Amino acid sequence: MKAKLILENGTIFEGNAFGYVKETVGEVVFNTGMTGYQEILTDPSYYGQMVTMTYPLIGNYGLNLDDSESDKVKVRGLIVREKCSFPSNWRCEFELDDYLKENRVIGLEGLDTRALTKTIRNKGTMRGIITVRDLTESQIQLKLNSYTNKNAVREVSIKEKKVIEGQGIHIAIIDFGIKNSIVNAFIKRGCKLTVFPATVTAEEILAVKPDGVFLSNGPGDPKDVETIHEIRKLLGKKPITGICLGHQLLALALGGDTEKLKFGHRGTNHPVKDLVNDKIMITSQNHGYVVKNSTLPEDVEITHMSLNDDTIEGIRHKAYPIYSVQFHPEACPGPFDADTVLDEIIDSMQP
Amino acid sequence: MPKNVSIKKVLVIGSGPIVIGQAAEFDYSGAQACQALREDGIETVLVNSNPATIMTDKEVADKVYIEPMSIDYLEKIISKELPDSILAGMGGQTGLNLAVELNDKGILDKYNIKVIGTAIEAIKQGEDRESFRTLMQELGQPIIKSKIVDSIDAGVSFAKEIGYPVVVRPAYTLGGTGGGIAEDKEELKQILAGGLQLSRVGQVLLEKSIKGWKEIEYEVMRDSKGNCITVCNMENLDPVGVHTGDSIVIAPSQTLSDYEYHMLRKASLDIIDAIGIVGGCNVQLALNPESFEYAIIEINPRVSRSSALASKATGYPIAKVSAKLALGYALDEIENAVTKKTKACFEPTLDYCVIKIPKWPFDKFRRAKKTLGTKMMATGEVMAIGNTFEAALLKAVRSLEIGQYALYHKKASSRSLDELKRRVTIPDDERLFDLAELIRRNYRVDKICKITGMDAFYLNKIKGIVEQEEKLRESDLKDISRDWLYTLKQKGFSDRAIADFIQCSPMEIYHLRKAYHIETVFKMVDTCGGEFEAVSPYYYSTYDIYDEVDVSDNKKVMVIGSGPIRIGQGIEFDYCSVHSILALKKAGIETIIVNNNPETVSTDFNIADKLYFEPLTEEDVLNIIEKEKPEGVILQFGGQTAIKLAKFLQAMQVPILGTSPDKIDEAEDRERFDALMEKLNISRPKGKAVWSLEEGLIQANHLGYPVLVRPSYVLGGQGMEITYNKVELENYLIQAFERDQKNPVLIDRYLLGREIEVDAIYDGEDILIPGIMEHLERAGVHSGDSISIYPPVHISLEIKNNIYDITKRLASALSIKGMINIQYILYDHEIFIIEVNPRSSRTVPYLSKVTGVPMIELATRAILGERIKDMGYGVGIYKESEKVSVKVPVFSTQKLPEVEVSLGPEMKSTGEVLGVGRNFLEALFKGFVGSGMILPTKKGTILVMLKPADQKAFIPIAKQWIALGYTFAATEGTARVLIENNIEVKVVKKISEGVPNVLDLIRSGLVDLVINTPTKANDTTRDGFRIRRAAIEASVPILTSLDTANGLLDILSSGLDSHQTEVYCL
Repeated sequence: MKAKLILENGTIFEGNAFGYVKETVGEVVFNTGMTGYQEILTDPSYYGQMVTMTYPLIGNYGLNLDDSESDKVKVRGLIVREKCSFPSNWRCEFELDDYLKENRVIGLEGLDTRALTKTIRNKGTMRGIITVRDLTESQIQLKLNSYTNKNAVREVSIKEKKVIEGQGIHIAIIDFGIKNSIVNAFIKRGCKLTVFPATVTAEEILAVKPDGVFLSNGPGDPKDVETIHEIRKLLGKKPITGICLGHQLLALALGGDTEKLKFGHRGTNHPVKDLVNDKIMITSQNHGYVVKNSTLPEDVEITHMSLNDDTIEGIRHKAYPIYSVQFHPEACPGPFDADTVLDEIIDSMQP
Repeated sequence: MPKNVSIKKVLVIGSGPIVIGQAAEFDYSGAQACQALREDGIETVLVNSNPATIMTDKEVADKVYIEPMSIDYLEKIISKELPDSILAGMGGQTGLNLAVELNDKGILDKYNIKVIGTAIEAIKQGEDRESFRTLMQELGQPIIKSKIVDSIDAGVSFAKEIGYPVVVRPAYTLGGTGGGIAEDKEELKQILAGGLQLSRVGQVLLEKSIKGWKEIEYEVMRDSKGNCITVCNMENLDPVGVHTGDSIVIAPSQTLSDYEYHMLRKASLDIIDAIGIVGGCNVQLALNPESFEYAIIEINPRVSRSSALASKATGYPIAKVSAKLALGYALDEIENAVTKKTKACFEPTLDYCVIKIPKWPFDKFRRAKKTLGTKMMATGEVMAIGNTFEAALLKAVRSLEIGQYALYHKKASSRSLDELKRRVTIPDDERLFDLAELIRRNYRVDKICKITGMDAFYLNKIKGIVEQEEKLRESDLKDISRDWLYTLKQKGFSDRAIADFIQCSPMEIYHLRKAYHIETVFKMVDTCGGEFEAVSPYYYSTYDIYDEVDVSDNKKVMVIGSGPIRIGQGIEFDYCSVHSILALKKAGIETIIVNNNPETVSTDFNIADKLYFEPLTEEDVLNIIEKEKPEGVILQFGGQTAIKLAKFLQAMQVPILGTSPDKIDEAEDRERFDALMEKLNISRPKGKAVWSLEEGLIQANHLGYPVLVRPSYVLGGQGMEITYNKVELENYLIQAFERDQKNPVLIDRYLLGREIEVDAIYDGEDILIPGIMEHLERAGVHSGDSISIYPPVHISLEIKNNIYDITKRLASALSIKGMINIQYILYDHEIFIIEVNPRSSRTVPYLSKVTGVPMIELATRAILGERIKDMGYGVGIYKESEKVSVKVPVFSTQKLPEVEVSLGPEMKSTGEVLGVGRNFLEALFKGFVGSGMILPTKKGTILVMLKPADQKAFIPIAKQWIALGYTFAATEGTARVLIENNIEVKVVKKISEGVPNVLDLIRSGLVDLVINTPTKANDTTRDGFRIRRAAIEASVPILTSLDTANGLLDILSSGLDSHQTEVYCL
């Protein structure tokens, strides 16, 4: 079925709809990973976004029940040059088209994804509509204006506290939309986990007497997340660590500031320099916001830098056991180069 | 300034002559490395015996030595130049082995030279099978059950333990030479015998076969701080079992999930980190298609063919970055030349699909055993970029220049289902087409997966193409809607393919495209999937809405490259294309290059102002011309590939710079050319084009046997033979007309004279002949396979003047603008013309170097309208150099089972080396040594077998050999003649006379040299053929022309050895 993507700057890309066909509005972003579309589709950090894959052939190895990062597809829409109708892999259980249908998410294929990517790169992240009908100018405006992602974290966070037993340290996780891989990385390392909804209070966390607090990844603008105030109350009381959105929230809680990137970092090839160990890691990244340089208090030091644009990729508190990274050491999708960062995160919460 | 300030002068070792398994990719890597070193102000000394390379240009390194690639000569150069460092990983296996040998022999220590880049110990750990296995076990990296054996018995007993089939891989050989898969004990014994002998260390690896597993490669980099990245991964269409050099390769991998991709990536990086690679490295892995099980196959701790492919596939210059890493830089200290924003530690991401298809020499070696296995046989490769898999595949197919524009293949279509089924399980060069045909006949895709081990993803893609082909076959031009045509173009269908299926002309499709406003658009290769703004002028075509190439208002000229490396059209033409580009740039003209060969310097995006990586077909080239609208197109440097576009481009009113298409045709069309010769009163061997067997036989009777026969319009003497009698001629003509009825066969009187070759530049008025070359072998041996001598030693001034006169008259008559190549025969004091090529030839690079005349630059300037007399090199015959240079051909016949060894009118060599000396003997000596010939030791045994015509002439020569202390062995016929002339000879049994016979003698290592002039070539059943193969396979030097044998005798009589020869800086 013919469909099109209408961007808020008026640019229109024509293609064909697939998956579950319904008019959808979202923030259009691109991801440069050549593999990992299943992990991306199900990563809660993409909530509210429509993701363009820059690699043209998507769906080649199908989808399965093992590689999801959450219970369902979290993106609003998937935009590809060509979806694969004959996936092939020994673990393939779904075809891309059917998977999106099952998850009631629209796909758009057959458009010039490179041109779309360059548009976003040059003009910045934009809202867009995928539709199969002709919309008037006012309909487009209305539709675009209806878009908000302010409640994203609440939508993807766990609804009730959950405990996962383990022999190792006890981590209180605040779930802003945590990826399965992060939970699994902690489980693999023997940790006991108490997972709290994003609406949790500092008191509730302290009540379970964790060894440390972990702030998860998640979607949207960190400044929309009210939990910052609770995090601030925990400073100095418990070791605190974080990944991605969790890292941004921690920076905000410490008195730093965040800003929106023009088009974000989304891909699995992002070089990051570990300034402490003078080592380069290729990392998986997915963030549209970043901690603003020079806004951090003096007792916070930068531990990691992006080698692409020199933005902050990790911070550590000089006095307290506080440590967070912007990238995704748990990979999935992406390289395992930063696997040891997960150990560092756990180490910094050791009692 | 280099990061490591103790590095001031670096020796870079090249890879020597082009052979199968080691081709132009090392010219690309070596040239890049030198450039990277010089950027840092480092003095570079380059050694390579191959004169056809860009890397041996004076402009590339500070000191260039075109010298034999042996320890003796390297030490001479080292003692003269005293470099403080050596860079080993740029010259392929040859360069690496030499560096290891220099180290092991203590030469590096003696001269206090450090190895920069990957250390010798690390190289050894990566290359030595046993220590590599040990390391893998330590790292917990899975490997295939295997064992190193050094004897046949040990091999057989290990195979019994792990079960057949087993794979045999010799240590330290090129392109897997001497390896194979053995299905049973007998086959194993046979392969082991060869492999053990070929391995430099007498070891081979036996391993459990993992047939059907996916073969995946990672190109990875590591800096001296231990930072590692992946440049690219690649998936072979052919599962494990076919050498990756003979596989169709796709980048990036298509069928690996994210987890699998990163699991193998991590394994690759862990390995290079443990070994301590500094620079680029290739890791080959096998992945079980039914589980996460994988195994490391091998690593290549250097730049390689795969790294050249990965560089071109991604835009990431692996060799250049490797050289910088060797200087001590870290990956984050090197700029990404494509984006100028990101660093070299950025892992490229592709937003297109890349396919490589090997180019095999089976069109030249029709009788070769074509089965692909673990021994590489391809001479070159093509690469294509598309943003659909189908487009990349079809572009690659038509880049091969095998007459295929689609997957429909006439020969495959005539095969039975049984035959197709059998053939797809035993891969050869036609497998892709057999697969398509099998699918076309509705054979189940899942079953093909099962019997071939190929992934269904690829087969379904092929199926999609086949379905479109079949739909087209049932359609007419009027059925082709805009939408359908657009889809077809997006899927890579060429106008020609569409036209062939619906039976119209490609022009009709072209016009339909224009009427529908379907325009080609061009996209950029930018390493980053569009994430960052890129400055790389590197493009490919597609059908899309948005074109991203800006066209300037500058005066611009397009140069057409020469496509894949093949016998007859090798790296020499890339040299020419690159130099033409450089000359145009110097003249202030914007340059555009089009080529499809990923191995070459011309497809380095730093060379031209714009690089279009595209097939060199009429349609693909025209699309770029319509986009760029250059002032003109230069065809004469891209070999026959470019020249054959002349007529079409002229018809499309594209300005062709240089000699006009009509004159090109006059030089190539037999009848027009004969008429011209008649008019100019220039002699040529009598001959005629014939269209039938009857006509041919009459013509031969008229000329008198022997006659030289060949198809018209061919490359490198393809299909050319000398026939000595009616029966031979009949056989030849019947076969020739069976293959091609549309073109005539040329029959010439065969003159056994001295061959002379000339490359000249003509501007319309004046001619410059940089040098006249003479061939050591008399006519009958293809000029590309002859030993060529400059300046000539047997040609009088009078003859030279005559040659000058004829060359000038010819150039003038053909209105040449730029290069012309002419081959003459001097027979009975008369000069005959054999062939004229209105283009640059394969001798141009070497001649440019030894004469000091920048021939391509001058030719390019002449094309642009400059006068030769204003160029500073004079006119007429250029002054002869004081040194003598001898170009010696190098063959890869060892790697091609059942291929004829003896020299003839059809070209067989894949590469060449140059010997430079104060005199002819020194030059020839170094040429022989450089070509890899092991000169027979004093008092050695020479096996002689001569055709009757040569026997008499050999007698005086034989006496000289005897006088030098050599002894002869011969089979009955030749032995009798020698005995009759009182020459002592050991009589050896013929093959049919029982054992031990002549073959056993060769295989036992008791023969030091074979001199065999064949009575009949290409007959695999004859003794001569089998003896020649035996010699080649046992690495015994073999000469098949008495002229070459004489040359060797001259050297041996002079008592020259490497100690008495010198090395000369270019």
